[in-house]
Amino acid sequence: MDPLKRVPVREQEPEVRAHNFEEVCYGYNMEEAVEEAQRCLGCKNPKCRTGCPVSIDIPGFIENVKKGNIEEAYKVISLYSALPAVCGRVCPQESQCEKYCIRGIKGEAVSIGKLERFVADWARENGIKPTVDVPKKNKKVAVIGSGPSGLTCAGDLAKMGYDVTIFEALHEAGGVLVYGIPEFRLPKEKVVAAEIENVKALGVKIETNVIIGKSITIDQLFDDGFEAVFIGSGAGLPRFMGIKGETANGVFSANEYLTRSNLMKAFDEDYDTPIVSAKKVAVVGGGNVAMDAARTALRSGAEVHIVYRRSEEELPARAEEVHHAKQEGIIFDLLTNPVEILSDENDNVTGIKCVRMELGEPDASGRRSPVVIEGSEFVIELDTVIMALGTSPNPLISSTTKGLEINRRKCIVANEESGQTSREGVFAGGDAVTGAATVILAMGAGKAAAKGIDNYLSEK
Amino acid sequence: MFKIVRKEVLSDKIILMDVVAPFVAKSCYPGQFVIVKIDEKGERIPLTICDYDREKETITIVFQTVGVSTERMAKLEVGDAFRDFVGPLGVESELVHESEEVLKSQKILFVAGGVGTAPVYPQVKWMKEHGCDVDCIIGARDKSLIILEEEMKKYAKNVFVCTDNGSYGFKGNVNDMIKELVYNQGYKYDKVIAIGPVIMMKFVCLLTKELGIPTIVSMNPIMVDGTGMCGACRVIVGGEVKFACVDGPEFDGHLVDFDGAMKRQRLYKTEEGRAMLKLEEGDTHKNGGCGCGGDK
Repeated sequence: MDPLKRVPVREQEPEVRAHNFEEVCYGYNMEEAVEEAQRCLGCKNPKCRTGCPVSIDIPGFIENVKKGNIEEAYKVISLYSALPAVCGRVCPQESQCEKYCIRGIKGEAVSIGKLERFVADWARENGIKPTVDVPKKNKKVAVIGSGPSGLTCAGDLAKMGYDVTIFEALHEAGGVLVYGIPEFRLPKEKVVAAEIENVKALGVKIETNVIIGKSITIDQLFDDGFEAVFIGSGAGLPRFMGIKGETANGVFSANEYLTRSNLMKAFDEDYDTPIVSAKKVAVVGGGNVAMDAARTALRSGAEVHIVYRRSEEELPARAEEVHHAKQEGIIFDLLTNPVEILSDENDNVTGIKCVRMELGEPDASGRRSPVVIEGSEFVIELDTVIMALGTSPNPLISSTTKGLEINRRKCIVANEESGQTSREGVFAGGDAVTGAATVILAMGAGKAAAKGIDNYLSEK
Repeated sequence: MFKIVRKEVLSDKIILMDVVAPFVAKSCYPGQFVIVKIDEKGERIPLTICDYDREKETITIVFQTVGVSTERMAKLEVGDAFRDFVGPLGVESELVHESEEVLKSQKILFVAGGVGTAPVYPQVKWMKEHGCDVDCIIGARDKSLIILEEEMKKYAKNVFVCTDNGSYGFKGNVNDMIKELVYNQGYKYDKVIAIGPVIMMKFVCLLTKELGIPTIVSMNPIMVDGTGMCGACRVIVGGEVKFACVDGPEFDGHLVDFDGAMKRQRLYKTEEGRAMLKLEEGDTHKNGGCGCGGDK
């Protein structure tokens, strides 16, 4: 085996998986994992850790994988992460841990994400659960939202002995892991529900169907005896383009389309929630959410185009997602920007008018900004348009909590190190603070806030 | 689980239920709505709150069986439970925030159409409890669809019932009734609050615009989450896109694009129709039509 190359991971064949919702990647088996682990140099000064938002002891867990001691490896990861089976699947490792891997200088970086996934999956299949053995503190903390930041914050606080209750607005716990990321990338029962059970096993209570700001306010939570509150309510509000025709039938936010399919399981005949059966779809945007929406539509039998205004290099989605999407037959219409949505007399979408773009000078984000090519207008005929242009935080909490400072982008203002907001005893983290970002960054913020809350309550 | 403690069949297809939901019952106000989900596989269905009891911690919902999910809901009995019941959602009615002086200075006419009588009821009750006399029109196609008349009479000064076919009360639709009151019987109103089918609200608004009476309507479009997440409930109000779930459900009726709203309502008609057929006749309609392929 060439030590410069990683052990390849087995996947469902593209032509097969394009028609089902089963997980794309099968992950490593024991033999493959041990072989891949051997590639880790066990650096004294491991750069990979600095790339991890929750600073997992990566060489530490890989060392155990090398020896085939997976239970120990799982214990090492569990010290840092409550959701390893999730992170092993959806973290952008190529721009985090794996980016700094010394192996990556000459050859391919160690497949840290796939190893993490293997360890977490093995632990689940072998019934290994994280344990907590600390004296109870008898102090109540409320966590708002059961997405990545909330689950992490709750898990860490429970491990410190706090009495933690998570309040979730939807009927299912998991936040974006349940409503946003599709089954074929992150299995709901097998992976998400199992990791949530692990968090519950630490003593965390989860109350679904409670909307903080509506069902009960943060002030009432304090009245009910909670001594600190963590807001991890995410960035749930979809953006639209503001172009003509956008309210027509057949234009969806990626949030709606994905929620129907993922949370409500509309793709499954046995569930009542309907979803449009599209024939030809344009997904506008180039991020991970755009790829998820596109690949969901493809699996429902549609011809799918990604319409993105910059070039392939600027696609914000993970390289792996773009690669998978292409393999499955998604058509990429790059340097293309919609200017109008066309519809018939019943307001049903019939097409999308676009212009071609070229790249000009770099803009504030450092990316070359797209410029319209004059006279390049053309029409793509289709019946469905999915807008995947990003999301912003929901104002339900900030508008009902006095003294909670928000910024121009409606994000809650919070100290990066402690999660402390402008309100005493109220902490925040994840997309509610940063705007739409990644699962692992939200987890990092949840972790930091757990420490912040512990410091606050210890001094109080 | 959210237990059903009372069930009444108000008419052929309209059901009333009291459901124990402490969080909602403690904090809701007239004008707001809840989302209910019958079981693991059910849809999330938005329903405007018909009444609430803070002490018994119950919410009253009223729904009409229009599709597969409401059909399944109608089969639930006292003692059964909804898997999910969340709220209160949306913004409460404007009148909740007005002082009693302001409320008393206005003469308000409520216009309730069909199952829309349910969300009108808590507002009429609120007005009475705050010392205000209001009038209320209850309209429907025929007598069997007139609901909550007795309850409404307890709180409204005058209740005017009308049916399209004249089988009960005044013969004519709610607009004919409004015209009769204003033109022939000398009633004067400062404000109209109209809740019912979109088409009814559209025509009431055309009339009240002509009469110069400010009008509030309550929209109940397709929704998924009800918290602003999905954007399915977009309504155009005064040329701007609003989300009924977080910006509404009540809006200035003279600014709402009703035609657009009606077109959006048809979006899932085929899918919903298909689900209904499947429920009644089994899974024989997967590809639409009778399965003979003649519809391809």
